[in-house]
Amino acid sequence: MSVYPQLPKSDITTLTKKDFATDQDVRWCPGCGDYAILAQVQRVLPSLGIPREDYCFISGIGCSSRFPYYMDTYGLHTIHGRAPAVASGAKCQNPDLNVWVITGDGDSLSIGGNHLMHALRRNMDLKIILFNNRIYGLTKGQYSPTSETGKKTKSTPMGSLDFPYNPISLILGAGATFVARAVDTDAKGLPAMIKRAAEHKGTALIEVMQNCNIFNDGAWTFISDRKEKPNNELKLEHGKPLIFGANGEKGIALNSSMRPEVVDVAEHGEENILVHDETNPAMAYFLSRLTHPDYPTPVGVFRCVEQETYDSLLHAQINEAVEKTPGKSVQDLIENSHIWEV
Amino acid sequence: MSKAAQTLELETVAIRFAGDSGDGMQLTGTQFTETATIIGNDIATFPDFPAEIRAPAGTLAGVSGYQLNFSSQDIYTHGDAPDVLVAMNPAALKANVGDLKNDGIIILNNDAFEGVMGKRNLQKAGFDQSPLDDGSLSKYRVYPVDITKLTLEAIKDCGLNQRAAVRSKNFFALGLVYWMFNRPLEHSQAWIDAKFRAKLPEVAEANQLALKAGYFYGETAEVFTHNYTVKAAQLEPGRYRGVSGNEATALGFLAAAELSGLDLFLGSYPITPASDILHFLSKQKHLGVKTFQAEDEIAAVCAAIGASYAGALSITTTSGPGIALKGEGMGLAAITELPMVVINIQRGGPSTGLPTKTEQSDLLQAMFSRNGDCPLPIVAASTPSDCFMAALEAVRIALRHMTPVMLLTDGYLANGSEPWKFPTVADLEPIDVQFATDPETYQPYGRDENLARPWAIPGTPGLEHRLGGLEKEHLTGNVSYDPQNHQFMTQLRRDKVLKVADFIPPTAIDGPDSGRLLVIGWGSTFGSIRSACNFMRNHGHDVSHVHLRHLNPFPNDLGEIMSRFDTVVVPEMNMGQLSLLLRANYALDVQSINKVQGKPFTEAELITAFTKTLGEEA
Repeated sequence: MSVYPQLPKSDITTLTKKDFATDQDVRWCPGCGDYAILAQVQRVLPSLGIPREDYCFISGIGCSSRFPYYMDTYGLHTIHGRAPAVASGAKCQNPDLNVWVITGDGDSLSIGGNHLMHALRRNMDLKIILFNNRIYGLTKGQYSPTSETGKKTKSTPMGSLDFPYNPISLILGAGATFVARAVDTDAKGLPAMIKRAAEHKGTALIEVMQNCNIFNDGAWTFISDRKEKPNNELKLEHGKPLIFGANGEKGIALNSSMRPEVVDVAEHGEENILVHDETNPAMAYFLSRLTHPDYPTPVGVFRCVEQETYDSLLHAQINEAVEKTPGKSVQDLIENSHIWEV
Repeated sequence: MSKAAQTLELETVAIRFAGDSGDGMQLTGTQFTETATIIGNDIATFPDFPAEIRAPAGTLAGVSGYQLNFSSQDIYTHGDAPDVLVAMNPAALKANVGDLKNDGIIILNNDAFEGVMGKRNLQKAGFDQSPLDDGSLSKYRVYPVDITKLTLEAIKDCGLNQRAAVRSKNFFALGLVYWMFNRPLEHSQAWIDAKFRAKLPEVAEANQLALKAGYFYGETAEVFTHNYTVKAAQLEPGRYRGVSGNEATALGFLAAAELSGLDLFLGSYPITPASDILHFLSKQKHLGVKTFQAEDEIAAVCAAIGASYAGALSITTTSGPGIALKGEGMGLAAITELPMVVINIQRGGPSTGLPTKTEQSDLLQAMFSRNGDCPLPIVAASTPSDCFMAALEAVRIALRHMTPVMLLTDGYLANGSEPWKFPTVADLEPIDVQFATDPETYQPYGRDENLARPWAIPGTPGLEHRLGGLEKEHLTGNVSYDPQNHQFMTQLRRDKVLKVADFIPPTAIDGPDSGRLLVIGWGSTFGSIRSACNFMRNHGHDVSHVHLRHLNPFPNDLGEIMSRFDTVVVPEMNMGQLSLLLRANYALDVQSINKVQGKPFTEAELITAFTKTLGEEA
């Protein structure tokens, strides 16, 4: 008989958004993009067919990382940058858990860079939502690894000297098997990404362009504002051409020296517009290099490929070992040595 | 047994094998140790090797040594000074001859001292001329043996090239020493075959021939007038095997997992001298053990926390520098009150320090290196085989009190080995684990009679809750900045750790219950202190010995025990860390004896110190 509880799972058919909300006051600033993300996650989760007790939300430190306190699931608010490592341990111990990592641009790309890279490399079956507001909010306004060069902040009064990361390029470079981007206020796009990430077996990372209205307001207006969005947002769809603009009049093509160009679709010919392929690593990387203002910003799924996950390989290896050497005990191991009697 | 030589019986012998890294001295020492345990001697070992993988050949920096002490009596240490030194080259002789007993035996590889190579070796070792010629070894019994030449001669038909052939010379040396101490060859012969026969049959053949050649050299060369034998020791009746500290540590955690029914999870990162535990546990997947070599020390402890959160029996192994990195993680485990064991195999510090040398200077780090008031229970092992019970004890505390626990061992214990009267796991005290299951009564930060909170793991319906590093409200576990609550919770966490003392058995005193001198030790100084105290009492001196397994909290009776003695002395391989804690805790002065040289106290050093203390008090 196992020491672990063997209880029947709770009913998944009646789950609603309310079931995932806690009784704790949500303490983000009024107008923070985090509210929208929380709402979308709470909306999507009931539809995934997973019992509420199997969810685990694990976060680091930052405004983003207060997230688990507002979800009525198992949650762990850990230490700055280390959530992927903690989550990896939890997932390896119990692969039946549905483990989510909530992090920010500082938490995951500065102090947590190493752990993020290795979780991605291992294809640990975790769903990572990276709230990128291009600033350090909780500590009140220092620059982050995604802040623009020259940005004046509390710790960079004469302007930041750093060149920022391109998070998607970096994450693709680490070997991520599912990479997506969404805008916090996109009521269609964000839940769609959350659902696709949830369905992916392996590390699934969504970079959410999140607005911190107190310390870095307007960082993403070019893509969240209704008027600016059509010219600045490139919606990615597997198998569909890379077109954007209010009437789909613009597209992305490669010129003769393999560089991307924004072209007029009618003039250039639709057959010459690049078609998105979620399984092509070169395409994903190439798309990650399209940045505002020279290009529209891609949102949607950059990359989605099937690959074995670390946690399933771990358990397969253990099962293989158990099958090869069944019925052994620790006593057998202790006595697997030269023994003498006095 | 030789016809030409007489066999004399000895009670205790210490042999030190020394050579270049790569000469196979660790292997030679280990083989001799295993053969001695098979005969039933009590044995204690001390491998002593450099941190570098391969220092330049023939240099003092590259000398690797292995000392073992074997006896027909109960012994506690690897021996203050060797009786026999086997030196494979001039550097090995230079580095070790100073420790050899007067009239000790030196067996040296003459080939490494002669010819062009010999000249270079002597130079590298800092000899102006060969010590064989200048009378500097006159107080020892020196036996120069052409080990290299004789080995090459013995194996010339094996088809090995010069470089490979020369590697067999350590087996010649082993064979010779086996003859010297009247040991059987069978165990090593079986080992050679098991290791080499399948993949490298020529090497197996060469090693077998070299082993025998060394043995027959002893028997027939008429160089030695007698050899020796050391009878089996009258240890406590029972079943024994040899074990090293690291292996015993690993076995202890495996036993704990089996007794509790929990899944064992190790998050670790390679670091000397702890890596062997990771290696050993990685091979036990058939027992369901999950080992995770993380990307760094911090990830290792964090993965262990995550696994514990999900219901594993989590451990993380490291040495001093790794503990420094894990501090924040340990604080998180402390405030989330998750059970786990952090194991520090201590080594010379500070910083990178002396990776392959032993020390016990991380006690204060274990006590204090987390931000805030963050006490943790600390358990220390005292001998290689004691690492098994110490590991079990650490787990019991972690699970019963819902707290991370620090287990301290050190390089000397980790790599040293001794006979172990091993237990039957099924007969050990069971470990009872109860996961929370009832939503009606569950409170994340509710308390039982030990002030432990209930363990509710993800996947259990109805018990959804959040844990984290922010301060927690009593009972509910919600985030709380309330001033009174913070004071209350800080005191509760302190009281929780203090309660561990209720489960510590009465402190054992070796020697009189009261008197002039009490020696308090912890960790691997056990052997040296016990030997020294036995010696003192056998010579009519009033000395008692207490060896602490629990460093935090201290046993409830310790203060009272200390008060019964005129003087308390604390020998430690650090600058006085237990001394500081005892003084702070009991407002009592103790005398601190400090040795920070990367090697254990010798019996002689302690006898001198204790005698001086008693003399001063007379």
